[in-house]
Amino acid sequence: MSESATGEPVNAGAVADSDMGVDPSMLLSLRGVTKHFGAVQALRQVDLDVPAGQVTALVGDNGAGKSTLIKAVAGIWEPSSGTMYWQGKKIDIHTPKEAALLGIATVYQDLALCDNLDIVANMYLGFESTKKHVLDEITMEKRTQQTLKDLSVTTVHSVRQLVASLSGGQRQSVAVARAVMRDAKLVIMDEPTAALGVSQTAQVLALIKTLASRGIGVLVISHNLNDVFEVADRVAVMYLGTLVSSGPVANYTMSSTVELITTGVVSRAA
Amino acid sequence: MGIVPVLIALVVLIIYFEVRSSVFLKPDNITNLFVQAIIFIFLGMAEVWLLLLGEIDLSLGWMAGLSGSIAAIYTNIQFGWPWWLAFLAALVVCTAIGGLWGLIVVKLNLPSFIVTLAGSFILEGVLLYILDRVFEGGGAPIQSSELTNLTVGNLTPTWTWIFVIAVIAVSAAVMIFRERSRRAAGLEVPPFYRIVVKLVALTAVSVALAWLFNTNRGAFIKIEGMPFAVPMVFGVLGIYSFILARTKFGRYMYAIGGNREAARRAGIPVNRYRVYAFMLGGFTAGIAGLFYVSRLGGYSSSSTDPSLVLYAVAAAVIGGTSLYGGRGKMTYPVVGGIILAVINNGLVLIQITSTMVYVITGVVLLGAITVDSLARKSQTLLK
Repeated sequence: MSESATGEPVNAGAVADSDMGVDPSMLLSLRGVTKHFGAVQALRQVDLDVPAGQVTALVGDNGAGKSTLIKAVAGIWEPSSGTMYWQGKKIDIHTPKEAALLGIATVYQDLALCDNLDIVANMYLGFESTKKHVLDEITMEKRTQQTLKDLSVTTVHSVRQLVASLSGGQRQSVAVARAVMRDAKLVIMDEPTAALGVSQTAQVLALIKTLASRGIGVLVISHNLNDVFEVADRVAVMYLGTLVSSGPVANYTMSSTVELITTGVVSRAA
Repeated sequence: MGIVPVLIALVVLIIYFEVRSSVFLKPDNITNLFVQAIIFIFLGMAEVWLLLLGEIDLSLGWMAGLSGSIAAIYTNIQFGWPWWLAFLAALVVCTAIGGLWGLIVVKLNLPSFIVTLAGSFILEGVLLYILDRVFEGGGAPIQSSELTNLTVGNLTPTWTWIFVIAVIAVSAAVMIFRERSRRAAGLEVPPFYRIVVKLVALTAVSVALAWLFNTNRGAFIKIEGMPFAVPMVFGVLGIYSFILARTKFGRYMYAIGGNREAARRAGIPVNRYRVYAFMLGGFTAGIAGLFYVSRLGGYSSSSTDPSLVLYAVAAAVIGGTSLYGGRGKMTYPVVGGIILAVINNGLVLIQITSTMVYVITGVVLLGAITVDSLARKSQTLLK
């Protein structure tokens, strides 16, 4: 219901229809998800659909609830109320591990890489392959090379390079590739281009497109609307804890999106 | 780069001392130097376990003293334990104490620096109390030939050669096997000359040492052969290096030292591994203590040496272990320990006062940290 039939962004309002059935073709669907911390209402009745094979951009001002929302999906905390559906089935996610087992991988801004380890070691951290308790470096190295190649990450000279020696875009690529290698079906990225220069940003955006083209659902938080319009198939706008609008990117323009982000409504059709 | 600058410093030191004192490279002095180095090496290895995780244990010196005392006391006539039981007891006690420090650090979330500083005072007190009570102010003289032989005993010249050749053969086999299997898997391999250079260097050094060790160095009776202590260091070095480089356990140690939060998110039980590191540090300091008491010939309240723990940190750091966690190898304290022994031994030979030995050791340590932070940017973890 948050998508307008006329192809225009609509104000979804604070009350969502939680009884409505979910589209089983959607990878992840949230219905009426609410979260409060004491008296503070961080999320109000959020309905969101994330399809597979597409890039959904989650935009909104600071404090709009974007991070709260993705942390609920990633299992960092449970929503106070509301329902989550994974491929049409109702699910509860209590811990990050449960999210990971479903195939939800979150790449946080800090990337969680060990600078003192090489790319292979980082890709496999916590999931190392072994042969008789000895690390199977050859298998891990080959699979790392293959994964990076599949994702068209070509700027890395050797997978035995320490992560400390990589550029920001390459580090982002390693963090994403790690998620993909573990068969993630949904990759959530928190501000992937925030600290990057122009060419690095292009690298990461290309990577996001590659992910979607491989059938993976991507949910990207971003402040940068240029990036959003370059890479996103769908847009979801949050304002003060409410998902005010969502739909295909074609329904939005730069100015209508800015208006939604800053005021929560659009004054005129875009 | 790796350990190359440190090795160059070592060679420069050796040349300097040999020029200043003609006896420096004589077989008896080299043997003596190695036995001196072994205590530093084991203490340094103990500290590497902690430094890798960004922790430190300042009580390792006293732990070594405690271990040595336990071994000396229980092999004494008064108790008459078999040597292996006494050694085992010493190592178990040290491992347990390390584990205790680790638990305090982890459970109460305290800095290891303070916990182990407090621990070192406690251990010092306990150690002095035991020594004074058990032998009424005397101490614990060694009465076990096994304990003495740790530093005094030698392999026969034949076994020295067998050991040296075995080390070279095993190293060559491992390097070539690894190169082969990477090549077979279609992975990038480093140029073959590197393996050749490494093996030639290893062979040259070990053959030279074997020859030195096998030269008679006794004045009245014949003394020859490699000290037992040398193969023992190699054994521990081999096991520890294997654990660090080739097992999940070692990989997690590096990961926790590199980025604790990332390790936690990867599902590694970070706090458990931190306690393991303290236990391994204690265990290894316990080994150092056995050699220490063996060299001293016994342990008394006057033979305690508060600077021992500083040598533990120094050996690890001079070799190139980072104080900030995540970077270091077990070979580093070997080189660091030898450098410390060369300085200590060489400065005495060229008749520098013992006060200056401290100053110069300190300057070398300072230099090592500076050179380390400026010059070292290793590009690959796995060679």
